[in-house]
This record gives sequence, C-alpha cells and structure tokens, in this order.
Amino acid sequence: MARAEVSVAESQLSLTRPENGALVIRLSGDWRIGHDLPNADGVAKEIESGSGLRTVSFDTSEITGWDSNLLTFMLKVTQWCAEKKIECRNEGLPEGARRLLKLASAVPERQGAKKESRREPFLARVGSGAMQFVASTGEIFAFLGGASLAFGKLLVGRASFRRSDLVLFLQQSGAQAVGIVSLISLLVGLILAFIGAIQLQAFGAQIYVADLVGIAMVRVMGAIMTGIIMAGRTGASYAAQLGTMQVNEEVDALQTLGISPMEFLVLPRMLALILMMPLLCVYADVMGILGGLIVGVTMLDLNPIVYLSQTKASFTLTNLWIGLLYSAVFGVIIALSGCLRGMQCGRSASAVGEATTTAVVTGIITIIVATAVITVVFSVIGV
Amino acid sequence: MSVVEPHIVVKGLDMGYGSFILMKNLNFTVNRGDVFIIMGGSGCGKSTLLKLLVGLKEPSRGQVLYNGVSFWDTDPDERDRMMRRFGILYQSGALWSSMTLAENVALPLEQYTDLSRTQIRDMASLKLALVGLAGFEDFYPSEISGGMRKRAGLARAMAMDPDILFFDEPSAGLDPVSARLLDDLILELRESLGTTFVVVTHELASIFAIGNNSVYLDVETRSMTASGDPKKLLAESTDPNVRNFLTRGEAGSQAESPVE
Repeated sequence: MARAEVSVAESQLSLTRPENGALVIRLSGDWRIGHDLPNADGVAKEIESGSGLRTVSFDTSEITGWDSNLLTFMLKVTQWCAEKKIECRNEGLPEGARRLLKLASAVPERQGAKKESRREPFLARVGSGAMQFVASTGEIFAFLGGASLAFGKLLVGRASFRRSDLVLFLQQSGAQAVGIVSLISLLVGLILAFIGAIQLQAFGAQIYVADLVGIAMVRVMGAIMTGIIMAGRTGASYAAQLGTMQVNEEVDALQTLGISPMEFLVLPRMLALILMMPLLCVYADVMGILGGLIVGVTMLDLNPIVYLSQTKASFTLTNLWIGLLYSAVFGVIIALSGCLRGMQCGRSASAVGEATTTAVVTGIITIIVATAVITVVFSVIGV
Repeated sequence: MSVVEPHIVVKGLDMGYGSFILMKNLNFTVNRGDVFIIMGGSGCGKSTLLKLLVGLKEPSRGQVLYNGVSFWDTDPDERDRMMRRFGILYQSGALWSSMTLAENVALPLEQYTDLSRTQIRDMASLKLALVGLAGFEDFYPSEISGGMRKRAGLARAMAMDPDILFFDEPSAGLDPVSARLLDDLILELRESLGTTFVVVTHELASIFAIGNNSVYLDVETRSMTASGDPKKLLAESTDPNVRNFLTRGEAGSQAESPVE
C-alpha cells in the first residue's frame, strides 16, 4: 500500500492463459475506493466456462494502490473458484491483502446466525396478540394491586419513602405546573365563551355565556384540561424518570435492598399528583371563568360585575365537588399510567422513549374513558 | 480461613428466559470467606446467574441455599431478610442518580436501622472513606468519574456490613491501575471482615489475583464445565475451553504462570 506513485492510473484488469488449465489475472492501476473498478464479468465468465481450468493466479506487480476494494473483488473470485473447485493461488497478491483475506476466511460463517425474517401465519399472529394482551392485562392488575398495597401501608403509616422526595414531587407537579395550566385554561374559557356567544347572541341572551362558562369549567372542563396537561407534562416525566432508573439498574438496586420500588418510587409520585390535581383544577376553574369574563366584557359589552354575579348565581357546590372528584381520579390515572410504563420499561434508550409515549397515550385515553364513565354514572344517579 | 463452612450451595439449578434454557444443572458450593469467581465467555449467562443468586430472578428449576436455608422455598418476609444480608455492586454502579453519594450510602441504613441522623451520616462518611472517597459526600453520581462511581457503589453495597458481597464485572470500564486498586480493596475487605465475595468477571488478571474458588460456565454445552481454584484450573484442567479461556486462547502454547 506504501507505493507512492504520482500518476493515478485507472484500475485495469486483463486475463491471460499462459498454459493450458491456468488463468492469470493481471491487475494494474489504482484499486482503491473511489476509483471505478473494471467489469469483473469477464473473469466470472472465464471461470464459469473454463473447461479444463485448474488454477487461477494473480499478477499485481503493476498495481499502484489497493484497499478493501481489491479485497471484495478477491473474495468474489475466491468464491467463484471454490464453486468450480478450481485452485485459487494468491501468492501474486500484495502481502497485506493476502493476510487480510486469510483473516476474513478464518472463521466460517456461523450456521443459522443470519436472522431470517419469517412471516407468521395470520392465526398465529392473532393468537400471540391475544396472549400478549392477556399478559399485559395481568401486568396492569399486578401493578394496581401493588400500588393499592403500598397505599394501604401508607394509611397505617408504614410505607417507606423519603419525605423530601414527596416535597420535591409536590413542587414539580404543583407549583411548577401553574404557568401552563393558567394559559391553557384561560384560553379554554375564552373559546367556550366565544362559541356560546355566537349562539346566545341570536336570542339576545348573551348574559348566559357566564352560566355556560362557569358551569362547564367547574363541572368538567377544568378537570379535563388539567388532566390532559398533567398527563403530557408529569405523566411523561414520571415514565422517563422510572424508565431511566430501570436502564441504570437503580430499581434493581432498591429491590435487592428489600426496599419496595412501589413504596419508594411510585407512592410519593402518586401521592403528589393526587394532592395537587384538585388544587390545580380549582385554579383552572378560576382562570377559565376569567377567560369567559374577558370575552363577555370586550365582545359582548357586558358589565363585569353583572357577569360575575351571574356566574355566582349559576355556581353550585355540587358541581365543584364533581369537578374535584374528576380531577382526583385523573391524578390517580396519570400517576399510575406514568409509573406503570416507567416500571415496565426495557433496558435501552429507545425503550425509555417508548415508555414515555405509551405513558402519555395511556394517560389521555384513560382520562377520556373515565370522564365518560363518571359522567354517565352521575347522569344516571341524577346529580 | 481455617474452618471451611459452606455459605452458598447451588443444587441442580436450571436458568433461562421463558422456555429458553441458558444453563443446565449447575451445582457448586461457595464457602464462607471465599472469593468466588463466576467466569465464562460473553453471553454465557454469568450476569443472569448473579441475578438469580441475589434473588432478582427465579430459577427455572433447582435450589439456592444460604446457610442451609433454601432461598426460593422460604416465605417472602424471610427472603427479604436474607436479601438484606447481601451487598451488590452493579456493573454500572447503579447509584440512585437523584441522591448524593452520602444519601446513597445512607438509604439502607435509614431504612433498616434506628440510628440517629448524625450516626448515619458518620457511617456513610466512613464507608465512603473506606473506598477512598472521603470528602465526596455531597457530590451527585453524575458529577464523578466512572471509577469513582464504582467505588461509591461498593461503599453503598457495604453499608449494612453484608455477609455476602456480589460484584457484577467490577473492573469493566476501569483503567488497569483502578482495577488493580479495586482488587486490592476486595482482598483487604475479605481479610478484615471475613465477607464472602461472589464476583462475575472475565478479567484474567483479577481472576488469578483475587479468586480462590470459581465456576466456569460454558456457552457451547450450556453447563458448568469446571470449578475450583482458578490457579489450579490453569495448571490442571484438561477441558480445552477452560484452558483457552484461562490462557487468553493460547492453550496450545506454553501456559503463562499466573499473576501472583
């Protein structure tokens, strides 16, 4: 490889048959990556058809440079020769190339090492899908059971977690979420007021915008909006935190110490969300009503005092309790789905990403389903 | 160690994942005060065996006895108590990243002892000093080097003065000098505390320097093909795979003398 010739000749290939049964392949020029290689079909044809051909040898005295380009060509020729049981003499090759070739063929290809992509029949896929579903449902229930046990231990005061962790999670899921909750719920209040205003103006009943926004926010919208925000914000971060701890064997380290990850990791996170969600929800209600007020005053020319007293008239404690119940349930759902996906996380970086995604998806879907269920229940019992 | 007394006994152990069997019929005994090496090529199940010994994974078949008590047949509370007598150093250190080094070492003490805060703090400082990390109490795991993280992991593993210390690849990712220091530390601890060590490794220098008992897991036959003092195995074993492993694949040539 050390030949330093200035002229860069094109790589060339010529075949000669000096005597019967022998083929000499003469290589010349530059055989490095970046140079077009001569067509090897001629060699292949010669070897394939070579009647009475017994040996193939090489002459590389005029080669000016080589690298893996030459080696791949050589491997091809060696393979053709092996197929036809022709002796392939590589004495004529540069020393380094000979050694590399030897290295490449030192370990034979492992049988069955290449992965086959086999497509399973339809029924088998349905079956394994169903079995996976059963298994994952089992996992979810086991997790729920573990979480309930940890909660029970908390009630009797025997749960082991660090109080400082709880305070930190309270801050993360409470105080630090205020900004985004303000923005979103203010906007939701605005949107509700706008939609209501267009319809109600037609009847000259603009003032009922206050009722609409007030009741909708307090009874359900405040809770749903905070739920969705927190699922994206805190649920995802729980899944990522626990997932990373799985990857780093930190969860194993807890377990082998006899410390239950359920109590130590999941419980304080769950507790923080259950405590903070209702507070955030009340705050979101207030911001939503404020959004409605802005629309009422600027677009419908309502007096702010009149708007607020109308809101007050429509406000009932029952609605507030219902809203708080929703938000507490959402808190449990978000914490559980975040922690569940985090604890199920595999041992790779992409698994953490997956855990985060599924945590948010599971969280939001469950929130919507739970809303539907609770709403139906309340309408049946007539609250 | 004058009195030889079995500490860990493994009987007819099969391990695997689902229906896939990784290793069949493992039988060995670790005596109190041994430095027991689990060795074998990559992917042969060394780390899985370790997981199984520390109770993170259930065996497919067979038993593990600690001081004569079967780990998997006993009730969960007793199992928890047994696990508390283990100290484990994970491959990556596995320090809890949201806590300082002192808090990491202190957590097991907080959980299982009635010591006062200052006592726990002193104890954590002592353990960190033992592994050469005095003064690093308030550092977070992400602020120190890989070698230091390993040593901090060791300090945490020793927090409860365990009976058995398990090491998963202690010298992986360490420079030769740090690896040697860790080996010296292991020997020192064994001499002074009489702790039993179970070490998963494929560092030959470490194996000969610290091990006085071992088991070799063979990938091809999926079973243990040799056990005993690694130095003796090097001198006497006739199994070509074991010889290959212990001589870095130079089994045919003259065997080097072990590192003393």
